[in-house]
Amino acid sequence: MTVGSGSNRVAAQPSAAMLGGACIVFGDNVNTDVIIPGRYLVSIDPAELATHAFEPLGEQVQNKLLESRVVVGGRNFGCGSAREQAATCLIGAGVQAVLARSFARVFFRNAINTGLVVVECSAAVDAVRDTSAVWVDYHAGTVCVDQKMFEFPPYPESLRAIVESGGLIPYLMSGGVEVPSK
Amino acid sequence: MNKTFAEKAIQRASGESDLSPGQIVDAYPDLYMSHTASWRCIRTLEKMGVTRLYDPSRIAMVMDHISPALTAKTAADHRLCREFADRMGVEAFFDVNAGIAHIVLMERGLIRPGELIIGTDSHSTIYGALGAFGTGVGFSEITAAWVTGKLWMKVPGSIKVEVQGPLPAGTYPKDVMLKLIGELTADGATYCSVEFHGSYVQGLSTSERMTMCNLAMELGAKNAFVPPDEETRRYLAEAGAEHDRYEALLPDPDADYERVVGIDGRALRAQISAPHTVDNVVDVGDVAGTSLDQVFIGSCANAKYDDLATAARFLAGNKVAKGVRLIVTPASAEIMSKAAADGTLSTLIEAGATLTNPGCGACAGNGGAMADDEVTLSTANRNFRGRMGSYQSEIYLSSPATAAASAIRGVITDPAQLLPETGDNRQGATT
Repeated sequence: MTVGSGSNRVAAQPSAAMLGGACIVFGDNVNTDVIIPGRYLVSIDPAELATHAFEPLGEQVQNKLLESRVVVGGRNFGCGSAREQAATCLIGAGVQAVLARSFARVFFRNAINTGLVVVECSAAVDAVRDTSAVWVDYHAGTVCVDQKMFEFPPYPESLRAIVESGGLIPYLMSGGVEVPSK
Repeated sequence: MNKTFAEKAIQRASGESDLSPGQIVDAYPDLYMSHTASWRCIRTLEKMGVTRLYDPSRIAMVMDHISPALTAKTAADHRLCREFADRMGVEAFFDVNAGIAHIVLMERGLIRPGELIIGTDSHSTIYGALGAFGTGVGFSEITAAWVTGKLWMKVPGSIKVEVQGPLPAGTYPKDVMLKLIGELTADGATYCSVEFHGSYVQGLSTSERMTMCNLAMELGAKNAFVPPDEETRRYLAEAGAEHDRYEALLPDPDADYERVVGIDGRALRAQISAPHTVDNVVDVGDVAGTSLDQVFIGSCANAKYDDLATAARFLAGNKVAKGVRLIVTPASAEIMSKAAADGTLSTLIEAGATLTNPGCGACAGNGGAMADDEVTLSTANRNFRGRMGSYQSEIYLSSPATAAASAIRGVITDPAQLLPETGDNRQGATT
């Protein structure tokens, strides 16, 4: 498994941090109300939320989402509300990673904190087609789009630990941070 | 020392010194706000099996997004929060009668200059109106802060916005912000701290500064800031915040800004965000005449006392156009009470408004839904597709004055055409 960054990094070896598959492609400024409408925030169940993910865009988009492992966006993906369910509904739909040119900051935090891998890499987004296979290795800091390799700065250790625990709460529970006992 | 407000605020909350943009530190917020999402935090805490909290006096809960409860599920969620607050000794618990979290917490003196506030709401940037660092997070992070007292923060770069006034009659801080959002776009300030400076901003009331800082979120900002001054101290004293409980943080005169943006308000026209993004901004003239089914005066952006009073000045002696539903949702119980006492509410009701209880109301999709192909003009801060009912409906955004003038005509209308005789557009008039 490849870990770390810098000149001794070996990219593109298979690793546990390798995620991906078929993708669904969106444009700029995909907002949280479109990802998961406010009326469904009465739930925090990822599977239930997934049935309403991207509902405003219609069934065709929703079906394509369920077949996808990677969501690809343009600039400012996840802009709008602080609703954490914008990340969990994607996890519930079977999405493993979101690749975009840039993310709105709350969505970025919520993704990390719920264990969803998010990658900013414009060059990779440029290469994506509707039929592309997209693979992300967040240890190595690489995105592979149809066999073409792109690089992004690997996650800092602190964020990687949260993602690998499956999110902030599992991370705290696994002893990543001292939690006052009962 | 060339430090921005954000650098100083995160230094204060983290105990670190000489921070620069990009550094990641652990910061200890002064307050963790959770609104209707509070039940999610409680359920998450139960899952963790933790019962001892870092500091319950830093927890604030406000039942604002769905109030009163619409369903048995929501009623049970509210009950969970009520009982939790009782059990854990959370004094800053505000029930379904209080209003919108941001406004309620500021009115009650719970937000003070220099403090770090995190909230389960993106518009937590609003706390910059009192010189505090407010930023939105998800419910897992609030839960984690309940337990550990901290969260990781990246020190943001800062953008300095200088507004030149005075504004022409019929234009307001909302128009300034929509203009700015149109120019910088929805990600123009992503990850950044946005500081508002200049004599125009200094002349604004705290309520008007709230509108500025609230809307900064729609630039992607991490937080917003207006330098605290005499007006801030006046507001805080009225709100019951003891002056020895806070210390204002001001950016150094030679602070390093990523960008300085000037906006000339002197020739501003009323601004409109057209569907379905907030940065789709046009002069009101470009969409004047657009037929409306509903007008909503509400939200943490523009349903404060002065917003209602402005709308009432336009609506006094007029009627809402036939077939148009005007919904008015005061931001808080305190605002509603003040507007009831001085006749503002009866003016609105006589004009044909539907008055609802204080809270987020239609902005959070709680009442005021639209059918297919309907159009709402709203004073809120978001016009995303499907936010108010049908996915095939449309939301335009404006100031309360434009909303009121448009309600009278039934079509989007430049308020400059209907300016009340009493004169309007007083800057820093009321809170």
